[in-house]
Amino acid sequence: MRKIHETIIEKLLLFSAVVAVLVVALITYFIFADGFPVMQKYGIAHFITGSDWHPLDKQFGLLPMIAGSFLVTLGALIIGVPLSVGCAIFLAEIAPKQVTRIIRPAIELLAGIPSVVYGFYGLVILVPLIRELFGGRGFSILGGSVVLAIMILPTVVNISEDAIRAVPKEYKEGSLALGATHWQTIKKVIVPSARSGILTAIVLGMGRAIGETMAVIMVVGNVATLPESILDPIRTLTGNIAIEMGYAAGEHAQALFATGIVLFVIIMILNFMVTLVPKRIGE
Amino acid sequence: MFKNTKKLMLVFAIILAAAVAFAGCGAKKEEAPKADGEKKGLSGSITIAGSTSVQPLSEELAKAFMAKNPGVTVNVQGGGSSAGVKAANEGAAQIGASSRDLKEEEKGLGLTETKIALDGIAVVVNPKNQVSELTMEQIKGIFSGKITNWKEVGGKDAPISVVNREEGSGTRGAFEELILGKGTKFTDKALTQPSTGAVRTTVAGDENAIGYISLGTLNEEVKGVKVDGVEPTIDNVKNGSFKISRPFLYLTKGEMNEVTKAYIDFVMSEEGQKIVKEAHFIPVK
Repeated sequence: MRKIHETIIEKLLLFSAVVAVLVVALITYFIFADGFPVMQKYGIAHFITGSDWHPLDKQFGLLPMIAGSFLVTLGALIIGVPLSVGCAIFLAEIAPKQVTRIIRPAIELLAGIPSVVYGFYGLVILVPLIRELFGGRGFSILGGSVVLAIMILPTVVNISEDAIRAVPKEYKEGSLALGATHWQTIKKVIVPSARSGILTAIVLGMGRAIGETMAVIMVVGNVATLPESILDPIRTLTGNIAIEMGYAAGEHAQALFATGIVLFVIIMILNFMVTLVPKRIGE
Repeated sequence: MFKNTKKLMLVFAIILAAAVAFAGCGAKKEEAPKADGEKKGLSGSITIAGSTSVQPLSEELAKAFMAKNPGVTVNVQGGGSSAGVKAANEGAAQIGASSRDLKEEEKGLGLTETKIALDGIAVVVNPKNQVSELTMEQIKGIFSGKITNWKEVGGKDAPISVVNREEGSGTRGAFEELILGKGTKFTDKALTQPSTGAVRTTVAGDENAIGYISLGTLNEEVKGVKVDGVEPTIDNVKNGSFKISRPFLYLTKGEMNEVTKAYIDFVMSEEGQKIVKEAHFIPVK
């Protein structure tokens, strides 16, 4: 009797695992089946290095969007990573329990805010602010980066904090016993030991930033040209798909799937980097 | 205790299996047909082909019509206004859809025109902008990138921030056709916003911005400029004096069959025209 139960449950669990894999395989298959023919027809180079996006005139250059995605993500990391890692160190090492009890839920709340709300906040508050402070049109790489920096905060803080807390107590005690100050210990012992976890956190944050769509669409202006400064508007790969999918037909729709392929490859590389990081530093 | 856990696991597994099994079949649930007095048992199928601008509106209307008459199928296809005229003339479709007036040579084909709606587009600027009137030529210059400063059109010395809709949008298509014409392209410096609301918010927040929205969605957040001296109002579209507008026509040839007639009657009824209004077009009645 017990055996049958066991077998049934095992099979059911196996089934749910298979479903997950199957879904990924199907999605991958359809993205490539729909997007790849058009990439082959016009040449992969046309997509990746072309800088004109006029899908109705058969111009499918994705370079402005690739650059846009990278720049806005890079900006988000420059602003977000020091903040998040600093916050994680503070929470794990310095903050008294009562303070942690306020800060941690606040950060977790950040993760729960829907992205469209971030976007709306950016559109109504941040964009006019940037326009007033720095000139330009407000819709900019800077705006997108600030919004994304806030959005990756919870991811990076949580994982970095876990990594810092996982550093063996003996390391810290040893360092303090040798006469190092608390800050010296953090800087020379704790953070370097937690390096792999912090790097994983950053890469995951990067994946979140590059994949974000709605919030970014609302603040970056969506101009499909190569930017000249961080105050210029840009369009991201995800934004390109989301904005135009509503009406796209024929090769235009296929080109959007091709945009998906490019994004897919970028995110695969990122995921691959995550699996790579801990191995190298675990040595 | 152990037994309990096991039971719980089993329940969990069953729920999971059920969820997976049902995940695939949630998509389409036919709306129950309304019990509507007029169940004449109308049945058959008609095709509407033509303008891609009219297409979304036709789809809405067809959906409502089919909900009322469960025996009827209305197929809505694109193809463009010229294709719509041709389809109606050759009988490939019962109804041809056009988003422009018929050309001279098309008028000789003997098609019956039914104007189902009007489409008007307002050019909008920030309420603080001192410019409140533009000519068609100036609008064309601004949106094609030839005019880049407000002082060139009688405003203050500030760069113009053009706000465009995304490629493929019906409003963008109409604006391109009515303002830019063939051979002129939108400036690639224009911001792209994916909805009427986003264009409006952008223009409302930026003193130097200019954009365009469907006339049916104009509100006090933004200022609709006069075009060639004519205010962008629904009345001015109806009387034909506001230039950035176009009619939506249904074209039929010869005697209409029962279903076609019922459909067009539905479109022109109060209920049909309400759908027109909800889709942000201007009803003709």
